Amino acid sequence: MTQPQRQPIEPDSGRAVSGRPKRGVPEGLWLKCPGCKATVFRKDSEDSFNICPECQYHFYLPAEARIRQMLDEESFEEWDSHLMPCDPLEFKDRIPYKDRLESEQARTRMPDAAVTGRGYIRGRQVVVGITDFAFMAGSMGSVVGEKLCRAVEAATRLRLPLIIISGSGGGARMQEGILSLMQMAKVSAALGRFGKAGGLYISVLTNPTMGGVAASFALQGDITLAEPGALIGFAGKRTIWNTVRLELPEGFQTSEFLLQHGFVDRIVHRRDLRTEVARLIDYCAR
Amino acid sequence: MASPARLPFEEDIHELESLLLALELKSAKELSASEEILRIRKELARIKRLKYANLSAWETVLVSRHGDRPQTMDYIRMVFEDFTEIHGDRAFGDDRALRCGFARLGEHKLMVIGHQKGHTLQERQECMYGCAHPEGYRKAMRAMTLAAKFRLPVLCMIDTPGAFPGIGSEERGIAQLIADSLLQMATLPTPIFCVVIGEGGSGGALGIGIGDRVAMLEHAYYSVISPEGCAGILWKAATELTRPLAAEALRLTSRHCLRNGVIDEVLPEPLGGAHRDPREMANTLKNWALRSIRETGRPDTTDLIDKRFAKFRTMGVFREAGNGSTQASGLSAG
Repeated sequence: MTQPQRQPIEPDSGRAVSGRPKRGVPEGLWLKCPGCKATVFRKDSEDSFNICPECQYHFYLPAEARIRQMLDEESFEEWDSHLMPCDPLEFKDRIPYKDRLESEQARTRMPDAAVTGRGYIRGRQVVVGITDFAFMAGSMGSVVGEKLCRAVEAATRLRLPLIIISGSGGGARMQEGILSLMQMAKVSAALGRFGKAGGLYISVLTNPTMGGVAASFALQGDITLAEPGALIGFAGKRTIWNTVRLELPEGFQTSEFLLQHGFVDRIVHRRDLRTEVARLIDYCAR
Repeated sequence: MASPARLPFEEDIHELESLLLALELKSAKELSASEEILRIRKELARIKRLKYANLSAWETVLVSRHGDRPQTMDYIRMVFEDFTEIHGDRAFGDDRALRCGFARLGEHKLMVIGHQKGHTLQERQECMYGCAHPEGYRKAMRAMTLAAKFRLPVLCMIDTPGAFPGIGSEERGIAQLIADSLLQMATLPTPIFCVVIGEGGSGGALGIGIGDRVAMLEHAYYSVISPEGCAGILWKAATELTRPLAAEALRLTSRHCLRNGVIDEVLPEPLGGAHRDPREMANTLKNWALRSIRETGRPDTTDLIDKRFAKFRTMGVFREAGNGSTQASGLSAG
């Protein structure tokens, strides 16, 4: 492009950056609950599944804590943690994607937004995939797509139930362009084969699950569960506003909204997730 | 949204074109202008060739949205015979942004599915500018089930800025329907051929985009998000300044998509873009469709689905730390 930059351009990863409060992401000793505005002692919430003791608001939960809560103690075996993102498009807004990746990796101590592996839920062996909102809003690029795809293939091969817990506000990752869009196709195709082979896939939607992630693996489960109050949908608020100039009604695109409209099987409190998933596995066991 | 009939980067082309037209009108009466006419014609071809060989990403987006660019229904008229449209998703309504129907192509029978954006204002409003709702994708899924049942190949023409972002669309589960469609296409037991004829915008495009062969017209674009959407998020606002930057950064041209291994083939456009010669464009598309059908034949369905999976399985670029290798689809990385 030859056009000169005439005005300062503010980049934004699509994720909350410093200066703006991070919705539901705990920092420090005390938390302000976005649900009831109560100030919550962080330790209290962490001792009870990262939930607000006052109003049951489900705080953001890092992948690693999710594993601790969902799986039997010490039962998790991580897979493919050596897969690292590249910058195939040499993407640059004001911050080059390469630099963004480095700072996200340093901040989250994760190579990319997905964790996959095998573990046990109340003694039942499962394959687990998690997308973590902390890393570039949990968006799906090549590494997330590849890891999930490998997890699905392993579940097919090992004939194990598959649980994917989505926390992806970003959908398909813009910085990897069309290759991110194709990850939707790739994971879907793997899930299609898994389904034909008779595999059980339980999808758990957490806050938030949007865009290309919602429009692919997150809504392709045999069973779709959602945590209470999660934001789930395709187009974000801003996109809808920019297109049709409509303010969204209260409670739009929440788990409860999706349940009401027939897109979620059950809303499950985080405390009960383990038990519910184990029970569903037993009903669908081959 | 449609680009204006006169693209901003085509001023010199339009100038020459009107000059040529004036001369041609004049020469109808007298013979002497003919040499000048020949010279201008030659010059015009040269400028067009030069300009269109070097379109920027944003200019490509503008060409792909040109109001006169042929759309799904135009190709259906020009390429196929006996088009028999089927309507409705059997659940909510009939989405005019996505058209489905039986059609004949020479000796072949097939199911044609495509986004329709509309040429006139009235048609555009009826078609929601090519932005399909959940019912559109449900209808497309119905059409594909039908095609598979009677072993007709499916041909998808992609031309959408994206699935419709609105309240009704969300309430009726646009994400769910795109997810369903991807799942169905991945294992559909009949050949699928896809071609991006104009805008390949995001999930709305991919929703009919999983195929055994995927092609793109030369000046079409295919992207994870529209340049406006990307600019709005990464640059905070979609302005005259940021849209071209986003378009460039997204690597959304046919050339880039081919290099990234996302499409199999680029179909060349007539000189100065498909909107200058829809017939020729239709011919190219027809030949591609015929060749694809012929070369695919009537494959064993298990084999077909395995190959389709293998095709998409390799897409993406990442590094395996430890052994130092880089996996990359296409030819770009290594």
